[in-house]
Amino acid sequence: MSTITDIQDEIVAEFEILGDDRESTIFYIMELGGNLKPYPEDFRKDEYIIKGCQSTVWLLAEEKEGKVHYLADSNTDITKGLISLLIRVLNQRSPKEILEADLNFIPRIGMGNILGSQRSNGLVAMMNQMKRYALAFQTKQKA
Amino acid sequence: MQIDVNFIRNQFPLLHQEVNGNPLIYFDNAATTQKPKVVLDAIQRYYEIDNSNIHRGAHTLADRATQQYEETRESIRAFIGARESAEIIFTRGTTEGINLVAKTFGSTFIQKGDEIIISTLEHHSNIVPWQMLCEQNGAVLRVIPITDAGELIQEEFEKLLSPKTKLVSIVHASNALGTINPVKRIIDAAHAVGAKVLVDGAQSASHLEVDVLNLDCDFLVFSAHKLYGPTGLGVLYGKRELLEAMPPFLGGGEMIREVTFEKTTYNTIPFKFEAGTPSIAEVIAFKPALDFITSIGKSNIHRYEHDLLKYTVELLQDVKGIIPVGTAAEKIGVFSFNIQSMHPFDVGQLLDAKGIAVRTGHHCTQPLLKRLGLEGTVRASFAVYNTRAEVEVFAQAVTKIAKLKNK
Repeated sequence: MSTITDIQDEIVAEFEILGDDRESTIFYIMELGGNLKPYPEDFRKDEYIIKGCQSTVWLLAEEKEGKVHYLADSNTDITKGLISLLIRVLNQRSPKEILEADLNFIPRIGMGNILGSQRSNGLVAMMNQMKRYALAFQTKQKA
Repeated sequence: MQIDVNFIRNQFPLLHQEVNGNPLIYFDNAATTQKPKVVLDAIQRYYEIDNSNIHRGAHTLADRATQQYEETRESIRAFIGARESAEIIFTRGTTEGINLVAKTFGSTFIQKGDEIIISTLEHHSNIVPWQMLCEQNGAVLRVIPITDAGELIQEEFEKLLSPKTKLVSIVHASNALGTINPVKRIIDAAHAVGAKVLVDGAQSASHLEVDVLNLDCDFLVFSAHKLYGPTGLGVLYGKRELLEAMPPFLGGGEMIREVTFEKTTYNTIPFKFEAGTPSIAEVIAFKPALDFITSIGKSNIHRYEHDLLKYTVELLQDVKGIIPVGTAAEKIGVFSFNIQSMHPFDVGQLLDAKGIAVRTGHHCTQPLLKRLGLEGTVRASFAVYNTRAEVEVFAQAVTKIAKLKNK
């Protein structure tokens, strides 16, 4: 399995192909949202909504054999695309790997510039919530 | 009169720029309008030449600043056809104007069990101050329902009216849908039961003729920044007898006649409601903005903007997936819509990539959107400097986005 660093490099390379064309970049992000696995309807509840996002984002995580599995959904396509990128990088990794991950692909693909400050703050909120889940699982493993 | 849009555009420095590699198309005028050079120059000139505190200074600069400040008050009087400039109160904006009336007129003349009527079309700033008042004094808030097209149901309004009605606070033109309300009829019906009427003119003052004597409204509020003027400045018009009967809003300097530790007596209107040093530069720079509007003529502006709206509808009405929101017969230049299977945020972001500025979301009208069963809309709102060519670029961009999910 590729490392977190490898996958981030892959993502950066993919975005480099799109160049400075903002419209194509957004279309691409929206398409990526199609990669998300279906989100279970039973968990479409307020307690799974990430605070700090302008759009509504539901995030769910479970631990199987020491690895964290994420499921997520959003009411907007761009946000779905963004969260699919985060899941691509962090899914099925140990809590330790997730907590230690330096998610540098976000500034590297110039996300703040493409999306504006509000949406990139939302992206940071998603990332933090994913790390919080990892921390909870790590604490449980140690206990 | 034919609008010379190139001549007008040349007066707005901000419009001449590229955003994300495309010429800026600014269609967010219901949020705020851009400022003509004369307004920018007036702010600059004030700070470079006349900056001084008004009304009290015994020197030449103070005198010059005061004179210009009061000239704007007189211009506003003429602009809305009020009897006297003492009926014009400067506020920080429409929101503050409504809060002022709620806190002073409301807390004095509206009692427990009395009723206040608003409509489903209201902006949050014409809902929340009345809810706060009702919580405080036990008055009851009533809401005029609307049709699916976004028009008030006049018969339902008339059913709500009773001797208990003390105030009708109504938006002249809806910010989210553009619907123009028949305020004259509403005012006459409200007066017939002895109620006072506040007209929220935030969206109408720059597009429609608003003559307070002809309308006979008791209060009118609007914001300078939506009339090509500076931010942080609003206007409250009130009839003299009401303003005189109302207690002051904020206490402090300027609003007093005499202060002793035992008792303070208040200044006459309008100063009674203007505590503290006001936004002097903004007030002074608002006059050229009003002159700008007057020089074109409001009926010309409304006709021109309405043509842009008609053209937009024409270009987009047959595009698969476009859902117009708000189809009232009488509208200002606001085109609110959704695209089937797409969230308004995503549409807004894609338009921004093309340099097109629109508003997306609930437009501070959550109860209205809930009534329409929507989470939000995309809103394009026009001003007199927008062009048919811009509408064409916008329609093309929207059509391209609509095709993504509606093949």
